[in-house]
Amino acid sequence: MIFYPVLFALIATMALALARALLGPSLYDRVLAVNMFGTKTVLFLAVTAFMLGRPDFLDLALAYAAINFIGVLAVLQFFQSREIRQRYERQGR
Amino acid sequence: MTLIFGVFLLILLVIVALAIVRSEDLFAAVMLSGIFSLLMAVNFFLLDAADVALTEAAVGAGVATVLFLGALALTGKEEARHTVSPGGRWLALGVSFATASLLFYASLENPHIGDGSAPVHQHVAPWYLANTLPLIDIPNVVTAVLGSFRGFDTLGEVFVVFTAGIGVMSILGVRHSLVELSGAELDARQRSLRHHLIPRIVGRGMVPLIMLFALYVQFHGEYSPGGGFQAGAIAAAAIILYSLLEGDDRGRELLPEWLLRLMVAGGALLYGGVGLACVLLGGNFLDYSVLATVPSAGQHLGLLLIELGVGITVTGVLISVFHAFARRASR
Amino acid sequence: MASVIDMISFALLAAGGFCVFVGGVGVLRLPDLYTRMHAASITDTAGPLLVLAGLALQAGWSLALFKLAVILVFLAVTAPTAAYALGNAALVSGYRPAVVSDESGATDSEGEGHA
Repeated sequence: MIFYPVLFALIATMALALARALLGPSLYDRVLAVNMFGTKTVLFLAVTAFMLGRPDFLDLALAYAAINFIGVLAVLQFFQSREIRQRYERQGR
Repeated sequence: MTLIFGVFLLILLVIVALAIVRSEDLFAAVMLSGIFSLLMAVNFFLLDAADVALTEAAVGAGVATVLFLGALALTGKEEARHTVSPGGRWLALGVSFATASLLFYASLENPHIGDGSAPVHQHVAPWYLANTLPLIDIPNVVTAVLGSFRGFDTLGEVFVVFTAGIGVMSILGVRHSLVELSGAELDARQRSLRHHLIPRIVGRGMVPLIMLFALYVQFHGEYSPGGGFQAGAIAAAAIILYSLLEGDDRGRELLPEWLLRLMVAGGALLYGGVGLACVLLGGNFLDYSVLATVPSAGQHLGLLLIELGVGITVTGVLISVFHAFARRASR
Repeated sequence: MASVIDMISFALLAAGGFCVFVGGVGVLRLPDLYTRMHAASITDTAGPLLVLAGLALQAGWSLALFKLAVILVFLAVTAPTAAYALGNAALVSGYRPAVVSDESGATDSEGEGHA
């Protein structure tokens, strides 16, 4: 089967990204790992859709490709508003 | 071979679950739950449950992380430390061990994956498979079961979503006004990601495309994986993306609060209304066949309407919850 | 004819898998966030390009080909955006790159790691 090497590589990379998410050490490393895991998931879903002979099911990979980055933008907003709050609390004191 | 991939992914899933439980850093737990959701979606997909996988993808990828972070902005970063007495710890361990043993014992009796003689394949499943095409005339059996054969269950699910939305809104407060902030701070918070040029321009391009995809998932759900729940979550993701990029205030200008509340209630009412219309036209509750002269056309119309109701309610609830968190966080 | 396409497709998929795997190793092994982002972002562009090109050869002219193209465009547009957002969040919160501190090439401990 022509799909096995890439599937094995994707699964191995998922495990590596998961290791990075577990190890940290900083929060951003975890975000990076999650984002990377998401991309690998998109590819894994796309390849398995072909392997199972169901190209119709590419919708799933499409959904992830379209909305997976919203989480990272939310992370940016989360840190930004926390920075602003901390700055004003420091000034307030 | 698919089984090996599935088992490996399930092992990763267990590792992630343990890490989430063990982690005291709540931000790390949120990120790990994102990975958990991705792994769940892949596992559902490998088990051929494309509709469920799409739901997991739509909710887990965009909306869940955003909502978790919104909640995290209201609480501390670290999990509160509990002091448990040794006796309590042993009790908890004992209960967990006993439950796990029972589950393992029960799983010994389970049929194998894909076993044709399993009870679930003997009872109603063959009937659904045989009758979806003649009675409903659509290829996606999942949509037929969800919307028509088991329409009453789905009505219950919609009201669960509706109730959850009302619960969050009443806890976090719908009518909280912004507490007095100094002008510069208010400005800085409301500006949000507006000054980040790259995400803003990319987001401007992506929001309509995501919306278009949501409509495709909504109205193509009878032929491919998808339906109201998935489409609702994807559409909510598009609006949430807009609110993140342009600021919560502009997001609320786009979909004002009264409109959101109308959506939350209106979608559920539309679903129930279709059921009542069936009764008035002389059929049973949610028996769409009476909606048109040809029974299968009536089924199509009924499915279209109830899926629309589901989609509207889910979108409204998710966006309302997001706004409730965002507004509370900006106090 | 079909076998030639299959072979090209196999080569593209395998190359894509290799790219992806290299990125995974880089993310695990490199010393600090910014170098890890470097590994992740390059392979997150090259990997999907190769893998989806390999799949496109399998799809032929069909709706699946269109969907693959859309997935590729989405990934190519959103991955750099996510990388920008992440890098910006890290920099705003005061996470500094690790610097080489002596001749042995050892790096200081994982940036500041706060926030």
